[in-house]
Amino acid sequence: MPQYQEKTIVTRVEHLSDENVRLTLKAPQIASACKPGQFVMIRAALGKDPLLRRPFSIHQADSSGHIQVYFKIVGRGTDLLAHLKVGEEVSVLGPLGKAFTIDKDRPVCLVGGGLGIAPMLYLAKEISRSKTGSTNGDLVILGGRTKGEVEPVMADFDEIGIRTLATTDDGSYGTKGFVTELLKSSDLPANTQVYACGPEPMMGAVSLWCEEQKLACQVSVESVMACGMGACLGCSRPVGDGKYVHVCLDGPVFDARELKWNS
Amino acid sequence: MEFVNTRGPESGEPDLRVKIGSLELANPVMTASGTFGYASEFEELMNLQKLGAVIVKGISLEPRPGNPPPRIVETACGMLNAIGLQNVGVDRFITEKMPYLHGLNVPVIVNILGGSIEEYREITKRLEGVPGVAGIEVNISCPNVKEGGVAFGGDPKMAAAVTTAVKEVCSVPVIVKLSPNVTDIKEMAYAVQEGGADSISLINTLIGMAIDLKKKRPELANVIGGLSGPAIKPVALRMVFDASQVVSIPLIGIGGIESAEDALEFMLAGASAVQVGTANFVNPRASEDVVDGIREYVLEEKLDSVREMIGGLRLDWIR
Ligand SMILES: Cc1cc2nc3c(=O)[nH]c(=O)nc-3n(C[C@H](O)[C@H](O)[C@H](O)COP(=O)(O)OP(=O)(O)OC[C@H]3O[C@@H](n4cnc5c(N)ncnc54)[C@H](O)[C@@H]3O)c2cc1C
Ligand SMILES: Cc1cc2nc3c(=O)[nH]c(=O)nc-3n(C[C@H](O)[C@H](O)[C@H](O)COP(=O)(O)O)c2cc1C
Ligand code: FES
Repeated sequence: MPQYQEKTIVTRVEHLSDENVRLTLKAPQIASACKPGQFVMIRAALGKDPLLRRPFSIHQADSSGHIQVYFKIVGRGTDLLAHLKVGEEVSVLGPLGKAFTIDKDRPVCLVGGGLGIAPMLYLAKEISRSKTGSTNGDLVILGGRTKGEVEPVMADFDEIGIRTLATTDDGSYGTKGFVTELLKSSDLPANTQVYACGPEPMMGAVSLWCEEQKLACQVSVESVMACGMGACLGCSRPVGDGKYVHVCLDGPVFDARELKWNS
Repeated sequence: MEFVNTRGPESGEPDLRVKIGSLELANPVMTASGTFGYASEFEELMNLQKLGAVIVKGISLEPRPGNPPPRIVETACGMLNAIGLQNVGVDRFITEKMPYLHGLNVPVIVNILGGSIEEYREITKRLEGVPGVAGIEVNISCPNVKEGGVAFGGDPKMAAAVTTAVKEVCSVPVIVKLSPNVTDIKEMAYAVQEGGADSISLINTLIGMAIDLKKKRPELANVIGGLSGPAIKPVALRMVFDASQVVSIPLIGIGGIESAEDALEFMLAGASAVQVGTANFVNPRASEDVVDGIREYVLEEKLDSVREMIGGLRLDWIR
């Protein structure tokens, strides 16, 4: 697997809401090698503090050598990244981790909650590109707490041509409620491949429901990471029987049945 | 005496070679145990052949699953970890990891951990004669496991006993890795030298803790963890300096080394070689960068050899 530590140049900074930022980086090596579901580790500071890189899923990648990340400001690292200016240099390590598996002959349903929306755009684009037949049965469901998390990215999804629905917890955009409610009422074909990324309780609920419905489900999960490349063994996640998997190497994309969900 | 893995000194190439007991390294830079996996993780990102030696993740007799998450948390200029020495066990290490490592043609030092003297001895026996194993680093200093580790690292008599037991059953140099979580590092260093150690590496992580104020709970599931990174460098430098005052065997400096400058400070303080740890997570090329930087320094300063730096700290200006 090709991996690079690349000096990238910031080419665009979009503040999509108070908390949500989309960063475009000129990263030709990573862009040429990455796949949907993979992630990058970005260095937020040049000095020793904050020390560790921060992981972000790849939101988009294009043939002109750009990658995008879509993130929420939650702490110091993301705050620094949000204040980057066009032309500045940032060190990015990637592409890392396992990608989503795409089967071009199956209907799909993509479920993104909160910043779990981030990897879904790239995935939706790749699916629509790889499919020769119709995408009529395909569905994207995006959910957020409020309008600001979802609305700004809707246009990008609409462009792809896959039917996209939105929900918000407070009803300020799309339908009011959780993504899981939309998913359950959406009457998916029996062989649908479900993809989910979002907060743990959401992914737990989606994977449980998929298991009941006998639908295949791939999830992208998070964990605290130091290295992102299998060296520190910090990103463990329990899978039962006292065993652990490592999110950066074994994931971040897993078959939902491989993981243990606290319900 | 022959130097292993020698590329210098050819014409104009600076002499970066150092010796750790009978083990001769092409340069003084190694990777610290637990921060470099089993090396293959880094093959895409750096030139592994440039390393003085590779030290691999700690190995125990039986496989260990490690601690529940969260296992790591970032702190000011450093991090805390409570990995719990997750590893595949010595037998799988030998069959699954060692062939690749041997193929690198770089000295491989195996870091070992046991719950008893007998366990340390048994792991060493199994590693004896395995192609590619150039040295053993005895970890008596991990803060993240209840048994073994800390008990040995805190008691000079036990530390010496483990050292002797390991020495008896192997033919490669034995490096004993000390814990900083002791009152008197000099006493520990002296004890393991007397126990027969060929070299001493220091330091392992400092026991620490971080608290999430909002949730009012520890950040690590294990409550306590090991502090590493630039934050611990001053402590590590002092401990290397202290140890160098009481022992004559080579020391290996570890703690917050990110650059050639950091590494050279450790050498001035008395280290014959260094290990790069947490920096590997931030910059996967860190250890290679340190080698390059040392090379440049030796050239610019027109030193005959990097060995001139070892213990070269000037104290004469102090009146
Ligand atoms: C594989 C992977 C992909 C990710 N993709 C995205 C993405 O596309 N967009 C996005 O916004 N975020 C993503 N994250 C989460 C992102 O890495 C964290 O939000 C970021 O590291 C926080 O850094 P900080 O310095 O701002 O926060 P810190 O100051 O370190 O912490 C502030 C708060 O954020 C929480 N936090 C820290 N690390 C994580 C984490 N890994 N996951 C969740 N919460 C965390 C802390 O618990 C704390 O409450 C991803 C994480 C992983 C592991
Ligand atoms: C994630 C992690 C895992 C570690 N695992 C081991 C180990 O298995 N055996 C060991 O002797 N030291 C282990 N260490 C300690 C390091 O080898 C090193 O002594 C310490 O991190 C200080 O150096 P640094 O500040 O350069 O990281 C580990 C350190 C970290 C951060
Ligand atoms: S983040 Fe270091 S092993 Fe996964």
